[in-house]
Amino acid sequence: MRHRTVLSIMVVLCGFSETLCWSEDSPVVRVGSKAFTESVVLGEIIEHLISDAGGKPEHLAELGGTQICWKALLAGDIDCYVEYTGTIQQEILTGESIRGDESMRDALALRKVVMSRHLGFNNTYALGMPEDLAEKWKIRTISDLAACPELPRLKMRFSDEFLERADGWRGLRKEYGFPEVAERGIDHSLAYRGLQTGSHHVTDVFTTDAEIRLYHIRVLEDDRGYFPLYHAVMLTRSDLSERAPKVAESLLRLEHQVDNSTMIDLNAKAKLDRIDESRVAAEFLRDRLRLNVTLAGDGRAARLQRSAFRMLDNLLQHLLLVVISLAAAIVVAVPLGVIAYCRPRLGKVILNTVGIVQTLPAMAVLVFTIPILGLGALPAIFALFLYSLLPIVRNTYTGLSNIPENLKESAIVLGLSSSARLRLIELPLASTSILAGIRTAAVINVGTATIGALVGAGGFGQPILTGIRLDDFGLILQGAIPAALLAVGVQAAFGLAENWLVPAGLRFKAN
Amino acid sequence: MLELDQVTKSFGSTTVLHPTTLSFTEGTTTVLIGPSGCGKSTLLRIMIGLIQPDAGTVRFQGEVFSPANQLAMRHRIGYVIQDGGLFPHLSASDNVGLLARHLGRDAAWVRRRIDELTELVRLPREALSRFPAQLSGGQRQRLGIMRALMLDPPLILLDEPMGALDPLVRYDLQNDLRDIFRTLKKTVVLVTHDMGEAGFFGDEVLLLGGGKIVQRGTLKSLLESPADDFVTRFIQAQRLPGHDS
Repeated sequence: MRHRTVLSIMVVLCGFSETLCWSEDSPVVRVGSKAFTESVVLGEIIEHLISDAGGKPEHLAELGGTQICWKALLAGDIDCYVEYTGTIQQEILTGESIRGDESMRDALALRKVVMSRHLGFNNTYALGMPEDLAEKWKIRTISDLAACPELPRLKMRFSDEFLERADGWRGLRKEYGFPEVAERGIDHSLAYRGLQTGSHHVTDVFTTDAEIRLYHIRVLEDDRGYFPLYHAVMLTRSDLSERAPKVAESLLRLEHQVDNSTMIDLNAKAKLDRIDESRVAAEFLRDRLRLNVTLAGDGRAARLQRSAFRMLDNLLQHLLLVVISLAAAIVVAVPLGVIAYCRPRLGKVILNTVGIVQTLPAMAVLVFTIPILGLGALPAIFALFLYSLLPIVRNTYTGLSNIPENLKESAIVLGLSSSARLRLIELPLASTSILAGIRTAAVINVGTATIGALVGAGGFGQPILTGIRLDDFGLILQGAIPAALLAVGVQAAFGLAENWLVPAGLRFKAN
Repeated sequence: MLELDQVTKSFGSTTVLHPTTLSFTEGTTTVLIGPSGCGKSTLLRIMIGLIQPDAGTVRFQGEVFSPANQLAMRHRIGYVIQDGGLFPHLSASDNVGLLARHLGRDAAWVRRRIDELTELVRLPREALSRFPAQLSGGQRQRLGIMRALMLDPPLILLDEPMGALDPLVRYDLQNDLRDIFRTLKKTVVLVTHDMGEAGFFGDEVLLLGGGKIVQRGTLKSLLESPADDFVTRFIQAQRLPGHDS
């Protein structure tokens, strides 16, 4: 984590894993966490446990969701992370008939993944609404809400994940007979603020959310038992017990140690009291497992907030993503545009293909590439590379196609070969258009590169992600403002570059 | 030196050139004339391989045009189009020297040759460093001619070279061009639809109509003994000052 920039550069430059850096006596053990505080706190707890058992821990924090963590675990990019039984059943072992933990454990074992026993808490979905409102309308259970005469006037907004998940809103609506909610999704952290400000009245909550106490939210009882159980368990690669047996054994000490109220407490400390997750984790281990953890300097969030170098680090990571992906895209897309121009039939296929590529959701690209490229800069660079293709291919093709016919013929009758025509005449004439395509790709890239944070590649997406998670507006701006400035800077830089990349003669068009 | 043998061309169901056999004598200027769509431009474009004939062969200096030799053949033919067809991203002198440099001629030779040609076509020297967009129409056309003459080809083809020029500029350029072609003893084929220009340049005039050669001869012979009604009508359709009827 601390050396992520260096790591990213290494990964990119050498292409092979950091196996070389492992020393025999202290095995590197990587833990992953998702982009919400509970997961990060548990990740920090595991990081301390790894360290305590003589391993060299690395925490890849705030990864972009279940599929990314799971694919990273299978690919060996992380060795363990905390998952929930409900999620495993619904999102990971989709379509398999799983009955109970033992059958789940067997199914995971087939994939060389070990599932621990319950850590203790059940972080399931629930519907929450402000306590005073619930009291006023005597709503205690979800059935009460469904039967409430005020229901048409109660505004419900749900998180994206809740709206999309098989075990989320769609099923709940059927089970309790709610009307359709045509709302767009909302970020989980923002949903609480909305409850407080009154912009909506019901949202999905997790039963261990710190905000439940802070905002005085009543968690409605799931009286029909619709929501599946989301017991926290640790998923570990089965090869960890061979590679680092002591660590693997030590991690099991977490079983049955974290109940619901403990988890709410840990979440509240990290999220509401703004105590660094690393310190929250250390205090928990000291109180619960009598483990003495020495904190090395500042914790993660503190590092994020304080260090001036952090900004530079983010900038470097962000630029790394943008520059490499853009360079690769130029190398591939300009020739593709040329081929599309020279071979019209093949050209149609090329233009359609890059058009379709553009429509792939970023998350899908990341999830698909992790098994091959692992976590970190590479999958993000690959996704950005894909998104840069269309503007460059299209502008290269258009620039070449729009060259006036008489100029193309002039080049032919001079007796220039087709390759000489391309090099001496056609590409220079298309240069304005090609450069405009590259500029578009670069600006889009600077914005899109914030997805890098979802796969542990850092960049300005990191403070944004952490800021959203901690409800820290300042931290969000630390990512958003420099990213916007960078986009403006890139735009300006291309304006300057045009002066010496585009042939001087083409700038006299006005006369 | 240039022979066309049974050359035909159709675009879809329209025949733009019926089987045509033609030859051009070294050192003469032949003008292709005729109304729009008569096939004169098509004929010229076939001569340099811009259009492939459906049948027949084009022979230049004894060699038949083929995909294998067409680049080398084109280096021995100068081609001038309306407005010069200059490349806007290259300076005037780079436009003229482009092919010679690409073919590896040394820089000093290229410079010397451009100097010669600048004088020959009477282009102001300062125009050489400018870009096409900064030049007048007449200057652009003079540069187009310099570019065609760069490698000193024996054959020059011109496709309505004066079409875009105003009358005064055209008048001067016509004079200069005829002098140049006579001095250099080039074989010239020029396409125009202007009878006056045809008579001024052409040792011989070739009148085309409907994709066929209707009459070939000196302008005088066309005027005095037109081959058919079409020739008469075409000649009468040219308005000359003082001859309004």
